[in-house]
Amino acid sequence: MDTPALLDLIATRLPGVALAADEFRGDLRITVRREDLLALARLLREDPELGFTYLENLCGVDYLGRQPRFEVVVNLVALPAARRVCLKVGAPEDDPRVPSLTAIWPTANYHEREAYDLLGIVFDGHPALSRILMPDDWIGHPLRKDHPLGEEEVAFSFNQERIYAHKPFAKE
Amino acid sequence: MGIEEKAGDLGVITTSLEYVVNWGRTNAMWPLLFGLACCAIEMMGAQGANYDLSRFGMELNRASPRQSDLMIVAGRVSRKMAPVVRRLYDQMPEPKWVIAMGDCAACGGVFNSYAIVQGVDEVVPVDVYVAGCPPRPEALIDGIMLLHAKVWREKISGRKEDPISLQQPLVRM
Repeated sequence: MDTPALLDLIATRLPGVALAADEFRGDLRITVRREDLLALARLLREDPELGFTYLENLCGVDYLGRQPRFEVVVNLVALPAARRVCLKVGAPEDDPRVPSLTAIWPTANYHEREAYDLLGIVFDGHPALSRILMPDDWIGHPLRKDHPLGEEEVAFSFNQERIYAHKPFAKE
Repeated sequence: MGIEEKAGDLGVITTSLEYVVNWGRTNAMWPLLFGLACCAIEMMGAQGANYDLSRFGMELNRASPRQSDLMIVAGRVSRKMAPVVRRLYDQMPEPKWVIAMGDCAACGGVFNSYAIVQGVDEVVPVDVYVAGCPPRPEALIDGIMLLHAKVWREKISGRKEDPISLQQPLVRM
């Protein structure tokens, strides 16, 4: 089943769900609203003609300066049919909430925790949404475009006395 | 070493005792099994057959900090890992030494960001810095020999010298 046929099948089962669709290197990419995400995800997994049982990737993107600011990108693979589809869900900055896909693909658990930790996108319905990479008491979401890099001045021989005077060295 | 500090300087007895104690400490210094990142590969290479660390007394790496003397911090230390490194260092009994292996442990290396501690000397006091990304096994062995020379120079009073960086020449024993 090639890309236009796949898009037609989805449009037949769930009319009007695809806000935008295009093809990238032979794979279908669909932009959906977050309200329709769960229905489309269930269709893609459980429909016998589609059978996208493998969630390959779920990640968040920060498009600073665009409305909606955040986007969650989901890559799905149907292994027996060797087909891929990519879902994109937008989330605005003041309400960065997206439905969780953990109930449909359990592997989304860790992916959503990473997107929450690094970008601050909250996944409704996630069983245990907590930080996964940063320390638990970290404030801020590091991969947002407006998060500071946290770099330190590099110490060379001409400025090292000044820098080492303020560096918190460990004593015994 | 309690008795010697209380007895004070007993002349030739103190000197011989220092010699024996330092001989024992250098010839059987057990490292903690503590490879964090890529430098661990070079540490394993140094421990292996070609560049043998067993000939320096480091036949085995102890997994428990309670049974080790030397902590070779091999690799970058993230801010999440820093309290763990400190806790392991605190659990090691005296006498203990720390080698900061590689650029990331010495100064943060290529990672100048919020996530990586800029030098493990912000967390534990370091005795020898070994530069390199990663340092070759020979460079790590050079650092270990510098540490052995530093331990040979230790006195009964137990006060440690400043950390060794590469500007100091290798001391012949």
